[in-house]
Amino acid sequence: MTDLAAPCPDIRTNRLPHEDYQANFGDCHPALTRHEARVEASRCYYCYDAPCVEACPTGIDVPGFIRRIATGNLHGAAVTILDANIMGGMCSRVCPTEILCEQRCVRTQADQHPVAIGALQRHATDALLARGEQPFRRAPDSGRRVAVVGAGPAGLSCAHRLARLGHQVTLIEARAKPGGLNEYGIAAYKTVDDFAQREVAFILGIGSIELVTGKALGQDVSLTDLRQSHDAVFLGLGHNAVRALGVDGENLPGVRNATDFIAQLRQADDKAQFPIGRRVVVIGGGNTAVDAAVQARRLGADEVTIAYRRGKAQMSATGDEQDWAQTNGVALRLHARPRRILGDARGVQAVEFEDTREAGAAFTIAADMVLKAIGQYFLPTPLQGSRDLEPLEIDRDRIVVDADRQTSLPGVFAGGDCITGVDLTVTAVEDGKIAALAIDRLLRG
Amino acid sequence: MSSLISNFVGIKSPNPLWLASAPPTDKAYNVVRAFKAGWGGVVWKTLGEDPPIVNVSSRYGAIGFNGAAIAGFNNIELITDRPLALNLAEIKQVKRDWPDRAVVVSLMVPCTEASWKAILGPVEDTGCDGIELNFGCPHGMSERGMGAAVGQVPDYVEMVTRWCKQHSRLPVIVKLTPNITNILLPARAAKRGGADAVSLINTIQSITAIDLDRMAPEPVVDGKGTHGGYCGPAVKPIALRMVAEIARDPECRGMAISGIGGISTWRDAAEFIACGASTVQVCTAVMHHGFRIVEDMAEGLTTWMAGKGYTEVRDFCGAAIPNFVHWDDLNLNYKTLARIDQERCIQCGKCHIACEDTSHQAIAARRDGAERHYEVIDAECVGCNLCAHVCPVEDCITMVPVDRGLPPRTWKQHPNNPMRQDAAD
Repeated sequence: MTDLAAPCPDIRTNRLPHEDYQANFGDCHPALTRHEARVEASRCYYCYDAPCVEACPTGIDVPGFIRRIATGNLHGAAVTILDANIMGGMCSRVCPTEILCEQRCVRTQADQHPVAIGALQRHATDALLARGEQPFRRAPDSGRRVAVVGAGPAGLSCAHRLARLGHQVTLIEARAKPGGLNEYGIAAYKTVDDFAQREVAFILGIGSIELVTGKALGQDVSLTDLRQSHDAVFLGLGHNAVRALGVDGENLPGVRNATDFIAQLRQADDKAQFPIGRRVVVIGGGNTAVDAAVQARRLGADEVTIAYRRGKAQMSATGDEQDWAQTNGVALRLHARPRRILGDARGVQAVEFEDTREAGAAFTIAADMVLKAIGQYFLPTPLQGSRDLEPLEIDRDRIVVDADRQTSLPGVFAGGDCITGVDLTVTAVEDGKIAALAIDRLLRG
Repeated sequence: MSSLISNFVGIKSPNPLWLASAPPTDKAYNVVRAFKAGWGGVVWKTLGEDPPIVNVSSRYGAIGFNGAAIAGFNNIELITDRPLALNLAEIKQVKRDWPDRAVVVSLMVPCTEASWKAILGPVEDTGCDGIELNFGCPHGMSERGMGAAVGQVPDYVEMVTRWCKQHSRLPVIVKLTPNITNILLPARAAKRGGADAVSLINTIQSITAIDLDRMAPEPVVDGKGTHGGYCGPAVKPIALRMVAEIARDPECRGMAISGIGGISTWRDAAEFIACGASTVQVCTAVMHHGFRIVEDMAEGLTTWMAGKGYTEVRDFCGAAIPNFVHWDDLNLNYKTLARIDQERCIQCGKCHIACEDTSHQAIAARRDGAERHYEVIDAECVGCNLCAHVCPVEDCITMVPVDRGLPPRTWKQHPNNPMRQDAAD
């Protein structure tokens, strides 16, 4: 792997036969059939005070919805899920259930195999979305308007709940499409067939939500203006910055942010036309690193290595994600901290690492492409220029909120990745829901 | 080494596991397959007078339970729909080819002596081992004055049994219908008529399900349905009780019993034998899984018997009957308490909610962070067993007897019983 004599970086398209792309970027966990769902649902013990419910950040009544599947009440199952989590469909695809509901399933103690809660949730919600019905009705119009900034999971969840509660919502999104990381930040094979957009359409289908895309906070609209024009504001800004390695060679051609790689790949209609290196090094230890590395392999890269500076146990990628990477032929190089990236104007050639367990020990891994996935954060730049930025408290790159998700500014709420806490779709959805309920209480005095 | 060799009222078979008179025993092809698989005997599907009856399409209904198919099964098929001569010829051939197996022929003809007399001769000529009188079929035939219509009238049972004993040298087994208030009445009638044995239960009148789209009972025949005969695992408790009831009845003593009703495993067979049956008959389980289940049934029964030191079936036949008593013979001073094995507990909370909502509020639910603790409140526990039954984990909740230092006392002696026996008794 230290073939420094290699010529120009080998980055190209069409590494695989065309039909392979379809298989590689198809549904990685196909939906349960009706039979599979019935069999799996019958495994649920229908616990009292079920630990899985507690483990779900949105508190879905898991035994309740699974029992409904078992009895053939699929509609009721979907409504039970969506009532707690309007993004139950996406969460069933992307939630790390192995560290949430399924980890707490009592079946893990009874026979080592938890009920496939995520797959069952998808079974129920897919059926409802396929029928194109709206399970919830808006309450009578309150006459109040709320601005929701960011049409990612937090913003969409908040907007939907506000609409359900009878408020008018202006949903402002900087990017061209709504969905946030559901649209731009998840491996393609986790959410196929344009599911993210179909789910957004379902959420907006409740009505009373005016979606405005291509308008960025701090550039096209300010928080001050929004506070004047609306009765309350919710900020679901997400991450807007990627951590830099801070090493030489970071700006060489072929060195990219994993998040950009993932986002562009998601938007690419023809994956065969997406250029990929023959040897790819992904730096980082989280789920973003895994999403990038596995997709690099599935684009046809011969050698893909995830290099992480600490041990396996410290990786923020879950055990299932680590297994998934290895199943897909991704090599895991632990205790490897990048020292510099080698290359020239033509591109990257290798990454030089030091072994974090042994002072002075160094090694290189040859690379045609380097993807950086060492973390994202929130920069408060969108809030700058707002005349009352001062009281909006920010701590360690996150907006400070109380239990109701209210910021230090009255009437301004926030949720999702821009506030403190775990960065998961499901927690963002819960933030949006909690904030909407708090905004409703505030507006109704 | 334990042996399953069976001699049932003179009918010999290598094991007491027979197939009941039903669709699986309607023709030689199936019966030969059953014998090849290892079944000890068959009761040939009921013969009647020509012209043969006509069956409908479809014929079966079923209920599943919690994802498993066929917890209960129901049929609206009648007796054989093949010509009498064809059945007789096949029976003769099969018995000739399989001399060591029991071949019993089930019969159902109109309730006249001439009809019964007429069919007995040709049946006996097949060389079969015995006859079973179908007094149980609960649908189709009963409306024509046969099957359950006879079985529900003890006098008819006695009369027809007597005719058969009179006009045939073959052992007579009377198959009883459970669609009657007191099973002892037809059983005693059979005894009075001279029956060698009774077999029970036949199927129970039932509607398994309503098709909610077609608004008709299942199975739906051109938009309509009818009641059928219920069988399968769900009826086992009903059958077991009726078998035991006859086994302990002094008036029925000496009459053999062939147990039928939801028998699917060697354990089921052992339970029927323990309740006084000396052969058992199976149908639904083979219709569900095929004839091969007999391998495990025979093997499991033999292994279990060896473990218990029983060398043959009669060693434990009826062994549970002395302990099958009337409610007022139960010891009211006996007390058990539920015990939860916290090591095995998976914290599903089912014991708590069952006891809290529907019983005695005797299982406390405590939380210690994410950990749940379910603990029995001894002072409230009446030892009812509900928690042990709802617990999904084997041996997690057990019922432990507590010594209260009290002598046994039944309701007959209890002070709360105004009709109690005199203390001097």
